[in-house]
Amino acid sequence: MTGSAAGAGEDAEAVDDPMVFEQLLRQRAAREQRRARMRRTGRQVVVLGLFICLLAVLYSLYKVVGGGIDDAQSDWPLIGSILPESDDLKMPPVLDIVSGIFDEPRGTDEPFWSIVGKEAAFTLREAAVGFAIGVVVGLGIAIVLTTSGRLERALVPHVIASQTIPLIAIAPIIVIWGRKSFDFLPFEWQDWMSVSIIATYLTFFPVTINGLRGLQSPRPENLELMDSYAARWGQTLWRLRLPASLPYLFAAFKIAATASVVGAIVGEISAGVKGGLGRRVLLEAQRYTTGPERLYIAVLGAAVLGIFVFAAISSIEYALVGRKGRETVT
Amino acid sequence: MSDAVPAADPQAMAVAVEGASKTFNPGRANEVKALEDIDLDIGQGDFVTLIGPSGCGKSTLLRLIAALIDTTEGSVLVNGKPADAARLDRDYSMVFQRAGLFDWRNVSRNIELPLELMGWKAADRRRRSAEMLDLVKLGEFARHHPAELSGGMQQRVAIARAMSFHPKLLLMDEPFGALDEMTREHMQNELLRIWSETRITVVFVTHSIPEAVFLSTKVVVMSPRPGRIAAVIENDLGERNEATRDDPAFFANVTAVRNALRGGH
Repeated sequence: MTGSAAGAGEDAEAVDDPMVFEQLLRQRAAREQRRARMRRTGRQVVVLGLFICLLAVLYSLYKVVGGGIDDAQSDWPLIGSILPESDDLKMPPVLDIVSGIFDEPRGTDEPFWSIVGKEAAFTLREAAVGFAIGVVVGLGIAIVLTTSGRLERALVPHVIASQTIPLIAIAPIIVIWGRKSFDFLPFEWQDWMSVSIIATYLTFFPVTINGLRGLQSPRPENLELMDSYAARWGQTLWRLRLPASLPYLFAAFKIAATASVVGAIVGEISAGVKGGLGRRVLLEAQRYTTGPERLYIAVLGAAVLGIFVFAAISSIEYALVGRKGRETVT
Repeated sequence: MSDAVPAADPQAMAVAVEGASKTFNPGRANEVKALEDIDLDIGQGDFVTLIGPSGCGKSTLLRLIAALIDTTEGSVLVNGKPADAARLDRDYSMVFQRAGLFDWRNVSRNIELPLELMGWKAADRRRRSAEMLDLVKLGEFARHHPAELSGGMQQRVAIARAMSFHPKLLLMDEPFGALDEMTREHMQNELLRIWSETRITVVFVTHSIPEAVFLSTKVVVMSPRPGRIAAVIENDLGERNEATRDDPAFFANVTAVRNALRGGH
């Protein structure tokens, strides 16, 4: 920091207005911050790669320690008593998992990564629709609750209670509704849409709770300011409450986006919907003995999908609020 | 729409408070009598400060004039209209202790906020915002974001925002209270310059005696619990500049206000 202050001092020699001088200091510091952020991002990518390698090494090491070779009993202490034994069926070797990604499973002429990728895309569509509906519904509820403290006190407990119902319990009901009762809709209802509704059930909740807090986050004097301008309710909502709630909403969107993937996978499994990652996980669990690495790859696919949606929301957040919010200079 | 000065009866007082009282939470255990029997007339073009110890209801009185809260008894007229009608007509504008700029808008868009609410066209807004930035001498900072500005600069933007639609009356609630002494005196000079250029009526809440005496044509001294007006001191120092701060007349009035504040207890 001392370096940047001295640098700005050179610029400032020609400046006699203290406010302009201060401004130069601030701009210099902001530039430094931007560069530091780029370096940080680069470091993060390297660290992530190293971390994945470390996990693979630890996994392989445990296989050695756990006595995975030829199903022999482990000679190491604790294994078999406190820590579970391992063999190639329980923990397929890392190299098997890597080669399994590129192998074509029997009866197909397509590498496994491509099959899982298509299924991930199917699940992503379910999750994305579920996320979108969840954001609209969740934010709608939050806006309605903002209008009155009494309404908020009356309804928030019900919103919370809604999350105590197990997802697996309601999933079949939603699928049956979809097949039997949604024929009034202008388009043909498909099972994956039911899965989206199941995902919505998980995604609206964090949006409502954080949205409510965000919509109530403007300082009293900012609300008084809008009142003093005789702003209508909708103007205050659009120009003050919603922008002020964006940091809160994006925190919720990140939770909701990953939850929508979970909801979609669980929804597929419990509703018996074909074509997505949930179905793949179920299938590979059933035929585990003939190819344990495929279940691992399917689960990895689900993890990558979760990370992808999280990263997507993070980059939208950065574009919308990040740059302005983070450049606060002391 | 470009000329937004509200039509007001030129004969009417800028502010006329008559027998106003304010009780918060009436009839409950936490009842607070904030103001009692306030009478106050403020003429067009006056610069009036409300001064008193904390809890004397000076901010409450300002909010009654702004119609942000209702009187319990009595009446408040602004430009000859009930205070709430004046609020809906956008007769006044407010500046708070915290600048309260919207972080997500740049300086220019912050100044345009009230104009947007009033439905101005984008080109008109832009033009007025540029004029206002010139008024507060921040022309080169139009595209900066509030977080990039110092406290004094932010407060100047808040003043530009408040004056953007040319209100007749400016209500200021300890606007310089959070600034350091140097910036504060600079801002006082700037405010007086703006006041003399625009002849806007100002009601200014402060707890600083020198600030009250330096700025205003009339100092209203308030006493606490319940808030009452203890004295109204006419403060005719003529044209003000840096020399005024060392003027014997200035010190005489500082003493007069201080004595009135002591007498109020």
